[in-house]
Amino acid sequence: MLTKGLSLITGVLLLGGTVFAKESLTVYTALETDQVKPYLESFKKVEPDIEVKIVRDSTGIVTAKLLAEKANPQADVVWGTAATSLVLLEQNGMLEAYAPKSLDKIDAKYRDSKNPPAWVGNDIWGSAICFNEVEAKKQNLPLPTSWEDLTKPIYKGKIVMPNPASSGTGFLDVTAWLKIFGEKKGWEYMDKLHENIGQYTHSGSKPCKMAAAGEFPIGISFEYRAAKSKKEGAPIAIVYPKEGLGWDLEATAIVKGTKNLETAKKFVNWATGEEASKLYAQNFAVVAYKGLSQKIEHIPANYESMLVENDFAWSAKNREAILKEWSKRYESKSEPKK
Amino acid sequence: MRSFWSDSNKIVMAFLMVCLFLLLSGMIFLPLLEILQKSFYTSLGDFVGLDNFIRYLGEEKSLRLIQNSLFVSIVSTLIVIPIAFVFAYALLRSCMPFKPLFRYLALIPLLSPSLLPAISFVYLFGNQGFLKSWMGDGSIYGPWGIIMGECFYVFPHVLMILLSALSLSDARLYEVAESMGAGSIKRFLTITLPSAKYGLISAILVSFTLVITDFGVPKVIGGDFGVLATEIYKQVIGQQNFSLGATIGVLLLIPSIITFGIDRVVQRKQKATLGSKFVLYRPKKSPLFDAIMGVFSSGVVLLLLIILGVSVFASFAKFWPYDLSLVLKHYDFDSMDGGGWNSYFNSLQLAFWTALYGTILVFICAYIVERTKVFSWLKGALKFLALLPMAVPGMVLGLGYIFFFNNPHSPFNGLYQSMAILVMCTIAHFFTTSYITAVTTIKQIDSEFEDVSDSMGVAFYHTFLRVTVPIAIPSILEIARYFFVNAMTTVSAVVFLYSPHTTLASLAVLNMDDAGDISSAAAMASLIVVTSIGVTLCFNGISHSIVKKTQKWRKG
Repeated sequence: MLTKGLSLITGVLLLGGTVFAKESLTVYTALETDQVKPYLESFKKVEPDIEVKIVRDSTGIVTAKLLAEKANPQADVVWGTAATSLVLLEQNGMLEAYAPKSLDKIDAKYRDSKNPPAWVGNDIWGSAICFNEVEAKKQNLPLPTSWEDLTKPIYKGKIVMPNPASSGTGFLDVTAWLKIFGEKKGWEYMDKLHENIGQYTHSGSKPCKMAAAGEFPIGISFEYRAAKSKKEGAPIAIVYPKEGLGWDLEATAIVKGTKNLETAKKFVNWATGEEASKLYAQNFAVVAYKGLSQKIEHIPANYESMLVENDFAWSAKNREAILKEWSKRYESKSEPKK
Repeated sequence: MRSFWSDSNKIVMAFLMVCLFLLLSGMIFLPLLEILQKSFYTSLGDFVGLDNFIRYLGEEKSLRLIQNSLFVSIVSTLIVIPIAFVFAYALLRSCMPFKPLFRYLALIPLLSPSLLPAISFVYLFGNQGFLKSWMGDGSIYGPWGIIMGECFYVFPHVLMILLSALSLSDARLYEVAESMGAGSIKRFLTITLPSAKYGLISAILVSFTLVITDFGVPKVIGGDFGVLATEIYKQVIGQQNFSLGATIGVLLLIPSIITFGIDRVVQRKQKATLGSKFVLYRPKKSPLFDAIMGVFSSGVVLLLLIILGVSVFASFAKFWPYDLSLVLKHYDFDSMDGGGWNSYFNSLQLAFWTALYGTILVFICAYIVERTKVFSWLKGALKFLALLPMAVPGMVLGLGYIFFFNNPHSPFNGLYQSMAILVMCTIAHFFTTSYITAVTTIKQIDSEFEDVSDSMGVAFYHTFLRVTVPIAIPSILEIARYFFVNAMTTVSAVVFLYSPHTTLASLAVLNMDDAGDISSAAAMASLIVVTSIGVTLCFNGISHSIVKKTQKWRKG
């Protein structure tokens, strides 16, 4: 009886060592949860014997996690994560270059220019503003049409945006503003915008969901979430600011040092291939795979032409400095908002 | 024969004690040591002494975080203590009706994750809340939201301490005072308050510590109002800055350890005031007083039920606040962040293993410490290890576990990211309270059972399994229930330890809220409460029927 008790206690110690017989792959991703499920079902059809373990979080957290694990990488593949982050990983020598089978079908603008590339893009996501029309009417708020409009005093406390440290959507907005207005004016712009911000959120989706529920009437978010919320019946107008949209690529790469290189290649071939890209095209207006982009409800046809210039290498190199400056300006000095 | 058994008893006992000592050290002491050590090194591994603290405290941002943390902890305590005191007073000193019901309902917050009241307050007082107008120009996102949420969360903890403190007043004192013509106010000030003094101190300290170390409420409702606990989370999860996390963690350890120390002293003093001729106070009917107390208590209980009810209701509302028709779609967790329905089943699994192993471990540990007459230094060490978790905030423990288990050179590295590590951490986190319950029970059982068995040459574990355990069944069930419910609701320690295949329901609430799916967060939180209530009722039922059976046997 006693030994039984002891073996029970030690039994718990062994409980964790569950062994997987199948090929298994750890994939880090910043894709939205509601996208991952249908994507993976398609992968299962192609490779039924590969078990994919997904670690999903916001871009900033996936990035920080990968960097922290540099000495002892846990991920085999990074999938659907900001190209800026992947460039940063590459600058740290953490990616395994690989030319996936359908590389010639990928738009040259949307992949790493080296051969073989360190990473390959999947699709574009970019800024969009969700504007709750019901609340706007109640509170007499005019529809903003530009980034500049958002700094008007009438919107004080009415806007939510994602924290760029945790959210890729937040970060692409910040870099876009620095590009559009120039570095000095860009920070001045954010100073003014800060006066109107009701809350900085963890994820890029939350501002649009909050706007959809009217909790805060204006949410700086991204076009997939905006279009999806509107389709689900949220009383929102989607604003694409006229100065131009910040954007980034959801991209895929293999982590250097992976013990499952062959399996990882299979996954990347699928993730950058036609089948997966067709699925991306159902959610995003611009996909990296040539000839598959299609019109999406609530996203304008000229979406691609609204995107600002983007330099991933610059964003990646300055990521840490930008976040530090952002945190210094808006996290340490902000008094609790009334 | 006798000496043979005594000797083999000793050997088995010594073996058990060493095993327990090693196990508890690994589960509690070494992770803590690890985090302390980390706080003296840079992230690159260079020893810098107190530099991390000096640098951290020199930043304007940290000072504001400390100030914020102190502010919400002090104000919450100032609000919740008087309410809980009057409530406890009403339960013990009035003859209002429904007292047992009130007592049960007041414990509801113990069955829900601390995220739930925060979600409810967003629904009540947020910009789209029913009662938004009550907030005036203020916003719920910030200190006041945190304070309201914390009051809900802390209330039952404080109430239990005050109930036991107030039940210590000696009825004879009141009789004498009354016969000497002391009015009711004078009796309250000269008898009730002084005798509850130590309990009040304990309650204040516990409330303060619970609030300052909680991160669930400020995470959901704090908006941009940062506190130390959310900062640890941000640094560790958001920036993967573990050494800064350790530094802030050690800062949070300070109030907990002070509280723990004072509490130990206070408890010792409180015991000394109890005389052997103590007479329990029985309240007399007094219509006006009973009515006032009844109204007050109903008010408090109603508030608690409303706060719980709001989350439950919101979890069924189709599209808050525009379409309140009832649907089940927010329970479709699989298309949300946080791991889907799997998280819920993982939580059940965690709760089950925690209850099973936790109860066994706690009870054996308490038995050995109470009933062994040998190896007193080892006994002292075990006792220290058993009481230590009380002084350690969950986040600090969780962080310590990362440092201790995620070291590639550690022999326990294989446990990292497993269900087992979650079970161990949760047992350690809630060890002390269960341990104290077990010790109290074992103390009540006459130690002559052991003396007789020993002189008859029976191995001690036979006595333990055939006598002690059966007598203590109700208390063992209570310990198991406590472990189970806390494993369902906890977020603070496990938030650093879960992995993609061990996501938990309580953490899913957090992650879904982060992603903006607040209705689904409310749904998962409601599911946790319902499960906890169900499990509590089950355990109470089993306990009741066992007690009934044993009594039947006694009547014979």
